[in-house]
Amino acid sequence: MPEINQETDAKSPMIECHDLWKIFGSNSDKAMAAVKNQGLSKLEVRDSFNCVVGVQNASFTVNEGEIFCIMGLSGSGKSTLIRHINRLIEPTHGTVKIDGQDINKLNARELRQLRAEKIGMVFQSMALMPHRTVRENVAFSLEVRGIDKKERDEVADRAIDAVDLNGWDMKYPDELSGGMQQRVGLARAIAADPAILLMDEPFSALDPLIRRQLQDKFMALSAEMKKTTLFITHDLDEAIRIGDRIAIMKDGVIVQIGTPEEIVTAPADDYVADFVAGISKLELITAQKVMEPVSTYESRNGPIKEEKFPEAAPTDNLDTLVDISIDTNHPIIVKGSDGRPTGIVTKHALLRGIQGRIEEDEA
Amino acid sequence: MAETNQFSILDPFRTTDLNIADWADGVKGWAISNRSVIQPFKNTLNDLIQGIEAGLQAVPPSIMLIIISLIAWQTAGRKIGWLVFGCLIALGFLDPRAWGLAMTTLAIVIASVILCVIVGLPLGVLAGKSDRFEAFLRPALDTMQTIPAFVYLVPVVMLIGIGNVSGVIVTIIFALPPLVRLTSLGIRQVDESVVEAAKAFGASPRDVLVKVEVPLAMPTILAGLNQTIMLSLSMVVIASMISVKGLGNEVLRAMGRLDAGKALVGGLGIVILAIVLDRITQGLGRSGRDRGHRHWWETGPVGFLVNLTKSPSKD
Repeated sequence: MPEINQETDAKSPMIECHDLWKIFGSNSDKAMAAVKNQGLSKLEVRDSFNCVVGVQNASFTVNEGEIFCIMGLSGSGKSTLIRHINRLIEPTHGTVKIDGQDINKLNARELRQLRAEKIGMVFQSMALMPHRTVRENVAFSLEVRGIDKKERDEVADRAIDAVDLNGWDMKYPDELSGGMQQRVGLARAIAADPAILLMDEPFSALDPLIRRQLQDKFMALSAEMKKTTLFITHDLDEAIRIGDRIAIMKDGVIVQIGTPEEIVTAPADDYVADFVAGISKLELITAQKVMEPVSTYESRNGPIKEEKFPEAAPTDNLDTLVDISIDTNHPIIVKGSDGRPTGIVTKHALLRGIQGRIEEDEA
Repeated sequence: MAETNQFSILDPFRTTDLNIADWADGVKGWAISNRSVIQPFKNTLNDLIQGIEAGLQAVPPSIMLIIISLIAWQTAGRKIGWLVFGCLIALGFLDPRAWGLAMTTLAIVIASVILCVIVGLPLGVLAGKSDRFEAFLRPALDTMQTIPAFVYLVPVVMLIGIGNVSGVIVTIIFALPPLVRLTSLGIRQVDESVVEAAKAFGASPRDVLVKVEVPLAMPTILAGLNQTIMLSLSMVVIASMISVKGLGNEVLRAMGRLDAGKALVGGLGIVILAIVLDRITQGLGRSGRDRGHRHWWETGPVGFLVNLTKSPSKD
């Protein structure tokens, strides 16, 4: 395994969740104590305390400017988890820190301030206010902060511009299509220029073409604004497209956290492997993952012929490698930035790579 | 009659008397001896009713007719405006005295409805927010709606005396429940996800109530208001038994004299008034989409005037 990208360590953590548990039910405290002391399973908690475990021992860190996706099927606890980040749901156990501050220690007024200024949220159901115009919806967080109308209209208009809805500001939500409504939702979330965006399956209710457009729009915006984003989705394709890192959730437990490439090439268990099976690897796997050392190749096939073999960079993905090798029968030499060969990608390894099977040793 | 005093397990009710009637009568007696306490309250109410009635009677019928029709046009559209116009003309021609009587009745109804809103809206909001309060309130509302009016007519008269104030109070007792119930229902039906979104953007509980829940519950609340108005109108005949003037009193007197013609005139007057008020308040409850997403000042006679003042500047 190549090592996990270390570059994120340089940035400061924006969201820190530590040992987070949520147990629903009137006996949740007793159930929590029993889980901690006796290690009860989810089913045992349900049977003996009549409580449902929503989130189980979730710990993760999202760094500043990072897009962190949480992927899971419905009922996996991902929507419950994201609501802990702005404390719409109180945890049964564990801590959530935003920018180093434990948000469960805030009083009601401080919490409202945090929500209005630091965190923007987009909902799967859009949750726009039908009695307010687009502009009034977008300016809502500024309105509850008591900012005067002139200023919040200006801010709202900028946010509306950013999502390409100019000219729709005086319309009501039910005059807009679903995709446009969700763009209003996005504008509302970014209007107050918060440090953090919480996206709760924002594009799941949209049809595929519109979903794709909005994903592109969101990625363009996020590249521009560099907001720390927690993105919930049930669609692994979407998670891979959007996320810098992905956490896979199952039954309230985070089963794996990693970059899209790590998730696809090294699924932690059969559950993740099942998900990954249907994913196209062409753009995720790079030459350095499928190449073998030059010496191994030479011991098998004799010395390499640098002038005949086509070249590729270690970071080229499989899609590029296919383009390179399609007109030749020779293997590809992978050369580092210093121009020296660092490895060889044979056709065998390339085809296996496309299948998603990485072989450590070509025998 | 020794046997009647003998307690029997087969018929325990006949031999046991808890004296509830006497006890309730005692409460009434206590209230009467303390009636001076409620005197200021009574005076305020009386001023309110008389103020409204004086206002309504001061406007000449033709002018009032046009004003009410314009209000109907504004709230419910041009068609309803014409309907109301026609209804009011019919009301006026029913009988030379009908218009004045109708205005008296209208004053009682308006006063009752204002007080119902002041009392009912907060109660409904609380009931919508708290299951426990709703559970506590529900039997009280059931009682108010179903207990025969004659039961509370007497104590109210003993306490306050006959006249318009008592009339308004018995009307409120009967007409308040639908407003409370539908306000509670409206608050409960507000989309949970919209409330959650408001909280996620830093809204305080007060913001959530004022900026989200009440506006979204408004169509249901207005349906409750409409029912409250209808029930107030249906109380005017009963209230006339405690000397409330107006159309109801006409019906009552005609009944006493077996004068079917006069009774019909009074009855039709009440019906016409009911139609007018119902159409106007139903218009209030129309959603933004029904109005084609125009603001209120862009529709009806106001919109017409606004357009008139705007159009010359365009040329």
